[in-house]
Amino acid sequence: MTGDSFGEWMRRDEPETYQVRSQAGDERARAAAEAVARRSYGKLVAFLAARTRDVAAAEDALSEAFAAALADWPVSGCPANPEGWLLTVARRKVIDMYRGQRRDEHAGVELRVLGFGLDEGSAGGEVPAIPDQRLALVFACAHPAIAANIRAPLILQVVMGLDAKRIASAFLMSPAAMGKRLVRAKEKIRQAGIPFRVPEREELGERLDTVLGAIYGAFAEGWTDLAGTDGARRDLAEEAIFLCRVVTELLPGEPEALGLLALMLHAEARRRARRDSHGEYVPLAEQDFALWDAAMIAESEALLRRASRMGSIGRYQLEAALQSAHVHRRRTGVANWEEVVQLYDALMAVAGSPVVAVNRALAIAELHGAGPGLAAMQEVAGDPRLAEYQPYWAARAELLARGGARGEARAAYEIAIGLERDAAVRRWLQQRQAALTDRIES
Amino acid sequence: MQYLLMLHAEEAGWERLTKEQQQQGAAAYMAYGEALKQAGVLRGSNRLRPSSAATTVRVANGKPQVVDGPYVESKEQIGGYYLIDVADLDAAISWASRCPGAGHGTVEVRPVWTM
Repeated sequence: MTGDSFGEWMRRDEPETYQVRSQAGDERARAAAEAVARRSYGKLVAFLAARTRDVAAAEDALSEAFAAALADWPVSGCPANPEGWLLTVARRKVIDMYRGQRRDEHAGVELRVLGFGLDEGSAGGEVPAIPDQRLALVFACAHPAIAANIRAPLILQVVMGLDAKRIASAFLMSPAAMGKRLVRAKEKIRQAGIPFRVPEREELGERLDTVLGAIYGAFAEGWTDLAGTDGARRDLAEEAIFLCRVVTELLPGEPEALGLLALMLHAEARRRARRDSHGEYVPLAEQDFALWDAAMIAESEALLRRASRMGSIGRYQLEAALQSAHVHRRRTGVANWEEVVQLYDALMAVAGSPVVAVNRALAIAELHGAGPGLAAMQEVAGDPRLAEYQPYWAARAELLARGGARGEARAAYEIAIGLERDAAVRRWLQQRQAALTDRIES
Repeated sequence: MQYLLMLHAEEAGWERLTKEQQQQGAAAYMAYGEALKQAGVLRGSNRLRPSSAATTVRVANGKPQVVDGPYVESKEQIGGYYLIDVADLDAAISWASRCPGAGHGTVEVRPVWTM
């Protein structure tokens, strides 16, 4: 019936090979538990927490259930429904926690609430399918009552199961500080009575923006690790894509969710091409596009087409369309800067920011020359948000150099180099700056 | 869940209104209170006297110290409250946003720690 019983399998073993097989059994149990963790962690947390609003208790109970699985499965065999097995154990742990007065208030109420839901399914050994409430959990984590800068880390921990240490390193924070803020956010969900549900139609748009913003925030943190040498960061980009897939599966009619997925896939597709064989930084214009992930790009393009048929344009679709335009230009060798500038114009109208303005200015420079590009950049040059934004100073330096203002260009490169935290990008900027000096001397 | 909606507002603001505006404001609060009652969520509500009427008390070294004035000296003070009983924070926020006080001041939403 189980088809995957470690117990049966181990009983067949010869005594002399028992030790080896047992180890293999442990490994298989671990692999099975990890597979369930990967696939179902968020779903199980969501199911448990939605009934109590107590995310921390759900996480604790689930981690105890996983520990129990690692002890039990190698001996009794991997259950037919590992998800259901874990949920049953975790629910008992939650009930124990409440009985042990872990929580002061509402203990009785919470117990009643916990009784609701799945029946134990002892008769056939079959546990009914667990309703997928991950999206409700995501919306709880990205609730406006939760501080904006902890929403993405909270989603990564609660829904994706990443540990606080890895999240902290990805967000450049101390693990202790990150841990404290995550605990506080979970307390807020419980104490303030933040609901676990997908918002009503009329407020869905705004609330979905927050969710997508948190996912993109996580991806951007992962993306800044160019070399992909920092495991925590690379994972973060992958997790963000995975989570966005979940959102698009559960809300298939939301074009901006599709747009964000398309945008992230486009960026991710070029990861390998961003470094050469010596680990040096390679800008988009010089990347070997044979290294791009063609399947990922194709999926992204299909998503974008699907989103655009829904007839509601937005920030993420436009950004994905820009990625698509850059890819198309590199692949065909046909300049499409007019189209790029138009897309930036639209993006400025929908979600204008100094960062968008800087990128638009670069596209204008490609279309009309360095002078008009610099003029467009000048419009936002005074914005304080750009003062510490490396790409602004690098872009400015580039256009100044092209326009022949080498002294100013050198100074702008200097600032860009000082602001960059990635060594390879720093070296690349230094080369650009040095090339400038050579030109002056010759 | 019970939530206390605390209405913070600039105290001098009311006095600056014309008589007509004050009548309008009072009517808006009446209507809001009525809506809360009709929805069956209102558990209690009061307007507070101005903070000039407040007295602050604390016991230090076993002796009560009594000071004239509110706990925090600030232009904005709590001018009233509504105690409501609703399903969750979203419902509480939705009621808070309808409160006239959210228009001329700030409404703080605090879950009640029920014993």
